[in-house]
Formats: sequence, structure tokens, C-alpha cells
Amino acid sequence: MAQERILVIGGGVAGMQAAAALREAGFAPLILERSAGMGGHVAQWDRLFPTQTQAQAVMAELSSAAQGIESVTGCEITSLTSDASGVTALSADGRRFEARATVVATGFDLFDARLKEEYGYGMYENVITSAELERMFREGRVTMRSGEAPRRVAILHCVGSRDEKVGQNHCSKVCCITGIKQAIELTEAVPGVEVTNFYMDLRAFGNGYEELYRRSQVEHGVTYIRGRISEAGETQDKRIQLKVEDTLVGRPLRMTVDMLVLLVGMQAPGCCAAFGLPRQDNGFFAPRDPYTGTVLSPVRGVYLAGTATGPKTIAESLNEATAVAARIKQDLAK
Amino acid sequence: MSYRYSNWQEYSKEIADDHYYYARSCIRQNFFPGSEKAFLDILREDLGMDIVEDPRHTTCTGIGYHSDVVPLETTMAIVARQFALMTECGYENYVASCITSFGIYSEVLDMWHHFPELEEKARENLFKATGREFRKPKILVHTSDLMFHVRERIAEKGVRRLVNASTGEPLRVVDHIGCHYAKVFPKKGIGGAEFPYVLAGMVEAWGGASVDYPERRHCCGFGFRNYLVQANRGYSVANSQKKLESMAPYNPDFIVANCPGCAMFLDRWQFTLNAMTGSRYAIPVLTYEEMAGLVMGIDPWELGLQMHQVPVEPLLDKLGVEYDPAAKYLGKNGKFIGQPLSVEAYNPAAL
Amino acid sequence: MDFGFTVNAPRAIYLDKIDPALRDKLIARERTTLLCIGCGSCTATCTAGQFTGFSLRRVQHLVRRGEYDAARRAITDCMLCGKCRMVCPRGVNTRAVLHALLQIL
Repeated sequence: MAQERILVIGGGVAGMQAAAALREAGFAPLILERSAGMGGHVAQWDRLFPTQTQAQAVMAELSSAAQGIESVTGCEITSLTSDASGVTALSADGRRFEARATVVATGFDLFDARLKEEYGYGMYENVITSAELERMFREGRVTMRSGEAPRRVAILHCVGSRDEKVGQNHCSKVCCITGIKQAIELTEAVPGVEVTNFYMDLRAFGNGYEELYRRSQVEHGVTYIRGRISEAGETQDKRIQLKVEDTLVGRPLRMTVDMLVLLVGMQAPGCCAAFGLPRQDNGFFAPRDPYTGTVLSPVRGVYLAGTATGPKTIAESLNEATAVAARIKQDLAK
Repeated sequence: MSYRYSNWQEYSKEIADDHYYYARSCIRQNFFPGSEKAFLDILREDLGMDIVEDPRHTTCTGIGYHSDVVPLETTMAIVARQFALMTECGYENYVASCITSFGIYSEVLDMWHHFPELEEKARENLFKATGREFRKPKILVHTSDLMFHVRERIAEKGVRRLVNASTGEPLRVVDHIGCHYAKVFPKKGIGGAEFPYVLAGMVEAWGGASVDYPERRHCCGFGFRNYLVQANRGYSVANSQKKLESMAPYNPDFIVANCPGCAMFLDRWQFTLNAMTGSRYAIPVLTYEEMAGLVMGIDPWELGLQMHQVPVEPLLDKLGVEYDPAAKYLGKNGKFIGQPLSVEAYNPAAL
Repeated sequence: MDFGFTVNAPRAIYLDKIDPALRDKLIARERTTLLCIGCGSCTATCTAGQFTGFSLRRVQHLVRRGEYDAARRAITDCMLCGKCRMVCPRGVNTRAVLHALLQIL
């Protein structure tokens, strides 16, 4: 009997892991990836929280597990339908893919920081996103646009998360610990730099996260100020003037920094609306059941894994990817 | 130099090309009496537009409303009356010469939209009191919106540009938008509330360079009740001080203001701060109509620039505007209109 | 010139202008002060805090923001009983912080 074809939409870490697990389970997975390469957001990252392992180490392991699996890159799926015989996916450039089932592992988009106009992202040259800082870490050179090393950096939490004003009421879950990790890495990359994190609530929920938070304070001298920056303005020398309330002191605070890093959250990508699957209030796909059916969509033949259903860590995404393969095997055997 | 916020088009609104009912501001006619005349003259005579002025209209109640002395219901009835006058004149586009009025009208229309029973009540109150009825305006704009809309035509007809006549360099212009223009409804302001383009667009179209600075979006400090009560004026002046401190390092050639109150306070408080703290601020403040008037070649004393406390002569010299220093304090009929008791004391450079 | 009012002083703490010397001295003396997350257990259990405005949480934050005068006035209310150290979930050596502040400020 020929191996059954299963589509995996999305070639990020969840898609790669799901494909590897599906092959392991005896299926013939086909990865359909929108961009030119595999690995999604993780492939762009430098080091990972909370252990500061190189993202490339995780990528290497996944690539090796997914070695030889068929994939199509540069292939954006714009429509997904399902009937009794299986699923059909159509790409933006008119290609058609048919299979017994599909794993939707479409992930997330990074929030477009320009929408928070008051921070001047895209206009002020020393306002950057956490993803851009990560690229600087990867390139081994953290500098202001002028090429100088920053002496004072502010990291702002919850940009595009927990913010009704930009239609993003949800918490993106990974930014707090990313902010802590990046604060530590800034002190390592730029000796003597003063780093201040501005947060609304600090949600260091995972294994080893609180410990990293403590370490950032006591070993790296990172300052945490509870208060959300309300406005950033560029000074004449291209530094960034901040307005914020220090809510624990109960006074407004003003300060000028050399660089402002915006911890951009996770946003549901456009395909969440295009596929016609039920969605949650936060825009991401809705699982059939939030406790017992997290990798199932309510539609037959359509399965979900990773951040397609909302913000998750890498480990959580990979676990779902493994679970989804097991579940597909179980369902198709019936 | 092009404006750094290239996405200002994300916030634009419908502005009718012609046929407007014009509502004056309560305070501008006293503070800067040439501005509204320049607006009407330029749009009507130079650009041939149809703008009707109606002596029957009153205040929008903005100052009373924001000072907690006029109740909302009264404000709505008065706004209803203004709209009734517009309807009676046969117009459906309304242009308000004050950003607080613009804010009041926008707010009232929005409340009526969400709570139709309030509109019904206002209609009833107006009819009982005056027998008038009204249609809501199809287009509601602020005067600066309309001037922004015709900025290229003004640039074509203008006799000079906002450049230093001796160096050819663009003048550095700081704009101040005023809170009620776009902070109430960001989508109703050209360029939004954070990086408003309404004045910067005029500055650029007329050859100047718009200067961004950290406290650009901060309130001028007027604050209505914060100014009207003498004991509270420290709040008011402190806000202007914050803005002036922030813009001073950019050496702006002048400030252009969108709002009647802001133009007043950014101007007068410079003298006050100089007198109280020994600072030496001397940044001329213009309204956008005065800025347009200079571009169009209107005589500065015709424009009423002598009503500004910060002397405008250094700016006129930069622009290469010819003026008669002896005519500064002469009114339209050549009659002496009075002048500061000691001109020296009002010259910030001498403080 | 007297206009019948004065220019209001800004209420904001301007971090660019503070003198970090005393703050840094405290950190050098008692580094666990950095661990405070503002939970307020110390203040809640504080004997002095029941009857005066004393809050060690607040004092630590004030010192971090360069507001030494306010911190200096506050610490005289402490009775050095040490209960705060027993409740701190972050292991801040609160008594040592206070001893250091009494000497430094």
C-alpha cells in the first residue's frame, strides 16, 4: 500500500517536527512553506531562552530529523477545503495539493511595531524591535545606527500584546522572558551598558524563567521598572526620550536612552482568516477543545500544531507537532 | 527635505473642494484679528472659493464647556443651532476656525451617532427655543484642513517661499497642532495625532522644513481651567516651558500653531517665562493663515502681526518681507492703536 | 516680574539628571537590593509601617531613582526588628540594606 500523503502547511519548527513525526508514523508528509527557506522565526534567532542555547542547534536537530522530506518553498497557501475523501490546498500561484489530511502549522506574524505610532518605530533610527536586536546578536555587533555602542538601552515589554488599542488583547507569552534574556545578552555584548526593562506585569512562567529573571537582576544589574512607556521622541542627537510612570514609586519618569527595543508580540497571520476555520478572539485558529483536543481543528482532516493556535514556546510547539502525528495516525487507522 | 512620517496618508479625510459655511473662533478675532480675514481673503479672492460667513452664529461653547460652566445639553443645543444656520444658508460643508470648536462638533456628532436619542433631544430643544431645524453637515473640517487641501494652489499663487532670502535655505518650522484637533479623534486629523501632517504639509508645500522634536505632541498648556484661574497658571506656563525647552536646541525660525489658544500661549508665555525666569526665548509664533498670508505677500501689519508679543521683525527680515517699521502700531485707518508701554521691556533679547 | 503665579516644577523624576553615586554605593554594599520586585511583603509586615508611612519597598525604589532626600527622611522610622527579612520572597537582605542606607545617606 502506498504511503498516504499528509500536507504540512508551514515549515517552521512545528511544521518540521510534525513532518518528521508523520514520516516516522508511516506517512508521506509534504511541507508547504511560504518563504524561501525552512525554520520560520526560530531560524532568524540567535540564542534561546532560558538556557541561551544557540537557535541553530535546535535548527540543526530538526533539519536532520526532517532530512529528505519533500517540501515546496515559496508556496503560500491561500485556501484550504476538506471533504470526505481528504483535504485540498490551493497556493497563491494556483498550485493544487491534495492529501488525506493536513497539519496547519502556519505559526504567527511578528506584530508590526509601526502601528504603535507613539514609539516612532520606522522613523526614529534607534528604535528597533526584539527581532532586529536578535539579528544584531547573531551578527555579533550591537550598535546604534551611527555605529556607536549604546550606553543606555530601554527594553519595552508588551508591544502589540495586551493592548486593546491595536486589537491585540492577548498576551504573547514569550516576550517577558525574551526581554529578560535580551537584557542579559546586551550586558554581555556591550560592557558597561545600562539596561532598563519597562513592563506591565512580568510573566516569567516557565521552567527556569524566574531563575533567569533573578540572575538578570543580581548578576547583570538589569533594572526593571513597572510602567508602560507612553511616548518616545527623538532628540537632536538621535537618542530616544521616554515618558513613563514608575508605578511603584508613583511618579512620572523621564529619561533619554541610546536605543529603545520593542518586544514585539505574536499576531495571527492573514491565513487564519483565509482558511475559513473557526478562530479564537485573538485571531488565531481555534482548537476543537482547549484541554483534550488542542491539535484538532473542528474540521475533518484538518489538524493544528504550534503557534497556529496562539503564542507558544518552542518546546510547546514541538510537543504539539509530535502529538499531532500520533493523533493523525490514530484517526486515519479507524 | 521631505516629511519623515511618510505614512501620513493613512490618516486622511474627505475635504470638500468648495462651498463652505464658515464659523469663526471666539478668541482669535481678539488675539490675532488678521488671521480669519486672511483666510477668507485668500480662499475667496485669490482662489475664488465660495465661503459664506454668517453674523448670526455664536460660540460653540467650547471654552465654557471645557471650563465646566456649560452643561453638555446646552452645548448640543448650541451646536444644533449652528448647524441650523448652515442649513438655512443652503450649505452642507462646515468649516470651523478653531480646533476646540472642531473637537466639540466632532464629539457632538459622534455622540449623536452612538446615542440617537441625544440628537432627538437636541433637535427638540432647538425647535422649542428657536423654531429652527437642521441637517447635520456632510463634511466637517477645521480651517487648517481646508488650507492644507489648497496648499499647492497657494504655493502657485504665492509671491515668496518659506526660505531664508539671503541664504536660500528653507526656514526651520516647528508646528504645534493643539490637543482637540486630533487627540479626540485621531482619524479625523490629517496625519493622525502622533505625527500630524496638517501644518507640516503646508510648511513643506511652501518651501520650509518641518522640525520634529521630542515634546512636539505635548499640550501647549492652555488647558482652559488651568489658565482661566490665575492661581493655576503655573501649570499652564510650565507646559509651554517644557515645549520651548525641547524645541530651542533646533533653533526654529518660527512656530506655526493650529489652535487659537496655542498660538496665544506659545507666544505670550515666552515673554512671561523670560520675565519670570530670565530665559531668553524669542521664537516668533504664527497662525497658519498668517504663514499663508506672508507667502501670498500680504503686508505683515495688514495680517495683524503686530499683535504678537514676540517680535516678528527678525522673521520678516529672514523672509525678505518689506515692511514699514513706523506703521507697526497704526490701525487700518492709520490711527494709532497703542503699543507696549516700553517696547524694550517686551523685547526678549533685552531681558 | 511677579505675575501672581509661579512656574510649576515638574513632578517627573528625570533619570538623566540624577547622581547615581549613592545608589551605586548601596548596590556595592548590599547587592541583594537589586532583587526587589516590589511585592510589598516587607511593608505589610513592618511594625513601623503600621503606624508611620515607612515602606522599605518604597525606600529601595526611591534610592534606585536617585530620590535620596525622600529616602533619607523615611529610614529614620525603621525600628530594625528584622521581620521584613523573614518574609522577603526574593531573599533581599533587608536589614543589611537599611544598615547600609543609614550609613550612606
